[in-house]
Amino acid sequence: MSLVDKRTGDAIAINADSDMRFLHRETPSLDRRDFLKGLGAGLLVALSGPSVWTQESGRSFGGHELPKELGAWIHIGANGQVSVFTGKVEVGQNIRTSLAQLVAEELRVPFDSITMVMGDTDLVPWDMGTFGSLSTPTMGPQLRNMAVTARQTLLEMAAKRWSADVARLSAAEGRITDPETSHSLGYGELTRGEKLVKTVPDDPVLTPAGDWKIAGTPVSKVQGREFVTGRHKFPSDITRPDMMLGAVLRPEGFNATIASLDTTAAEKIPGVKVIRDGGFIGVAAQEAPAAQRALTAIQAKWTVPEQPSNQGIFDYLKNHPDGHNEGPQHVSGSVTDVWAEAELKLEAQYTVEYIAHSPLEPRAAVAEWNDGKLTVWTGTQRPFGVRDELMQVFKLPPEKVRVIQPDMGSGYGGKHTGEAAIEAARLAKAVGKPVKVVWTRREEFTWAYFRPAGLIEIKAGAHTDGSLIAWEHHNYNSGPAAIGTPYAVPNQLIQFHPAKSPLRQGSYRGLASTANHFARESHMDAVAHAAGIDPLEFRLKNLTDPRLRAVFQAATDKFGWGKSKSVPERGFGLAGGIDKGGHVATCAEVEIDPATKRIRIRRVTQAWDSGAVVNPDGLRNQLTGAIVQGIGGALFEKILFADGKILNPRFAQYRVPRFKDTPAIEIVLIDRKDLPSAGAGETGLVGLAPAVANAIFAASGVRVRSMPLAAGSSDAREAGSSFLS
Amino acid sequence: MSEFVLDINGARIKVNAAADETLLSVLRNRLDLTGTKYGCGEGQCGACTVLLDGRATRSCMTPLSVASGAKIVTVEGLEQNGKLSNVQQAFLDEGAFQCGYCTSGMIMAATAFLREVHKPSDKQIVEAMNGNICRCGTYPRILEAIRRASHQSASGGSR
Repeated sequence: MSLVDKRTGDAIAINADSDMRFLHRETPSLDRRDFLKGLGAGLLVALSGPSVWTQESGRSFGGHELPKELGAWIHIGANGQVSVFTGKVEVGQNIRTSLAQLVAEELRVPFDSITMVMGDTDLVPWDMGTFGSLSTPTMGPQLRNMAVTARQTLLEMAAKRWSADVARLSAAEGRITDPETSHSLGYGELTRGEKLVKTVPDDPVLTPAGDWKIAGTPVSKVQGREFVTGRHKFPSDITRPDMMLGAVLRPEGFNATIASLDTTAAEKIPGVKVIRDGGFIGVAAQEAPAAQRALTAIQAKWTVPEQPSNQGIFDYLKNHPDGHNEGPQHVSGSVTDVWAEAELKLEAQYTVEYIAHSPLEPRAAVAEWNDGKLTVWTGTQRPFGVRDELMQVFKLPPEKVRVIQPDMGSGYGGKHTGEAAIEAARLAKAVGKPVKVVWTRREEFTWAYFRPAGLIEIKAGAHTDGSLIAWEHHNYNSGPAAIGTPYAVPNQLIQFHPAKSPLRQGSYRGLASTANHFARESHMDAVAHAAGIDPLEFRLKNLTDPRLRAVFQAATDKFGWGKSKSVPERGFGLAGGIDKGGHVATCAEVEIDPATKRIRIRRVTQAWDSGAVVNPDGLRNQLTGAIVQGIGGALFEKILFADGKILNPRFAQYRVPRFKDTPAIEIVLIDRKDLPSAGAGETGLVGLAPAVANAIFAASGVRVRSMPLAAGSSDAREAGSSFLS
Repeated sequence: MSEFVLDINGARIKVNAAADETLLSVLRNRLDLTGTKYGCGEGQCGACTVLLDGRATRSCMTPLSVASGAKIVTVEGLEQNGKLSNVQQAFLDEGAFQCGYCTSGMIMAATAFLREVHKPSDKQIVEAMNGNICRCGTYPRILEAIRRASHQSASGGSR
């Protein structure tokens, strides 16, 4: 059999006995080759050529071309066990389970026979990373294609062996059966003793979601028992023989330069090594307390330049464009031309603050050097991205760096980078032993990156009957994700303006989609009230997208929209939108004490459509989690900073949602089996903040246009209550 | 450095360490009992919760000298003869986790709580668990798991 590189048309000759290394021509890797050999005989199905691939909206990972390697592969062993290799990683979004369901479905094998090999750069094909809600819509179909091909190959092998017509054979439960002769063989028995490689045709016929038996069902998280027993090894749990524990000296502020350094006292502590490598100053010790003592014993003086603070940050962002102006992102008709025709005109500014991902497991890495090869276990959403960083820092070719990502204590978009991996590798290289670095909470709050702050200006024009005629939306710094309006407005000017952020910023679950939805859906609500039209009716009046209409209808039906009127003590709000293939509508009921302004979210109902549901249990978990996480940014999360310092780098000072903040949550899933499955990790978060803001307005008549809505309540002791200013 | 004898999950374990080293550090770095997690180091998140004489305790703030006198139970010590505790089983049955990093601490906090309060109201559960953070936002399912475990305990299930 042969493998054809679809980019070049080159045939990569592979016969049953050839060296598997050629499967990974670009960056041959000893470990991978050995691993594949270790898999032994069986059937290997690979996807070649450019895979379905998109950039994360708004943020590129500059310079990366389309994957030159194989997209993914599936191996069926002689024992019938199926191994699936993908560069996607499990961070709590349950993708390990849902991808395995899709493979089991198409391959017609029991779910338990699937093992997912994920996020190990020596074992899996190159992958850009796990973000942008892309794993389900891109990796899902790739794996399904391969699984269908594998099943077809097995059917053909059986037909040949039995000299039977392949059309009458059936595949089920990991076996091929001939109903006429009652011949039956397990997949493992069919492939035994052979070493076969098969490429995937362009468009094999996939099983329609309506016929799914394993996909589409609420399969429990694989390895769940490992988590409730504490046996699962997260990145920060990894240990290696003779491993030392490392820690890094942090500057007093961002952009600081070192004025003086004295490490004498630290070096005198028994068992401690102090490492200085250019601007990097770190310590390693056999015992954790010694490393911490050493770090404290280092005498360092820093010069920290004056830098912006929260004060005036939105003016700062507007007045500090980043390089070239990107120009109008979307224009249709002319807002200027029709502006005079609008009887209703409404202009407003909305703001969102910098917030921190604060995953409960901070950045962590264990690094080990063996004969010039670096292996790093680390928590990252981009194992290959971290490998690239390590290659660059240590000037190593790809085969000399292996990054392994154990299923980690989440990321929410906050673990795209390899800081801890680089630090551990530096220390390990210097001391000649494996080194583990686990960031402290303060480090995670300070030296990671933040969800961008942003200023959004919207101007809307409508007729008195509520039909929108003009919509202008400018986003400064927070990003272009979901910046376009899903409503049918004939005249639009929509633009993202990148700015020079004083803080390091990057991806975040939903990223700018949250900010843009907050602004747009708050503004829609304001226009509805100005026009004297019910917010639901107003939206439907201006909305043609059938899927968004359907989630609005489903959410409001379940919520009982319109059954009770908002009063000063209790308000009802609504919001919705589309991003990354997810369609969401969110209703919120908010309780306000008119005397104290104490606010509580009592109830949230969210309807969701992301096409065919792969795992309804996992999906509900994701959506509920998105709502709860969204409460933080909506009500109280805000990074405080001044002069290059983070002023609230502790959970005691930076409040995150807790049990007491959690409302009653109802999820309504619309399972569109006729449509492809989209990702669901992010967009479930975007409706909450505007729905709550709109509920606050409905109750109090106060339009809060800045997130967090309950300013001044970042004190963690306030858990369970927030106060409007 | 002195020698301490710790009673962990029913076993007596000798540890040579400074009296002020935290129990969390000892468990994770010296004994490879990594089910107990670091989350904040200041008792704000609950990821490091263990039982000290049956009480939910933040191991990140417990010096070795204090821990050495107590009966310590970590998440690794809940399973008995291959059978999960009621609380562990309830978390598994409810799928009350996403990334799973907070799970050990949640389970330990819930275990201690349910030993004190046998038929808790939702309000009592929320009050008792409010010190434990789940950044994935799995609170509704965790609440459901604790309800489930309390019903099982009430109906005579083991632990």
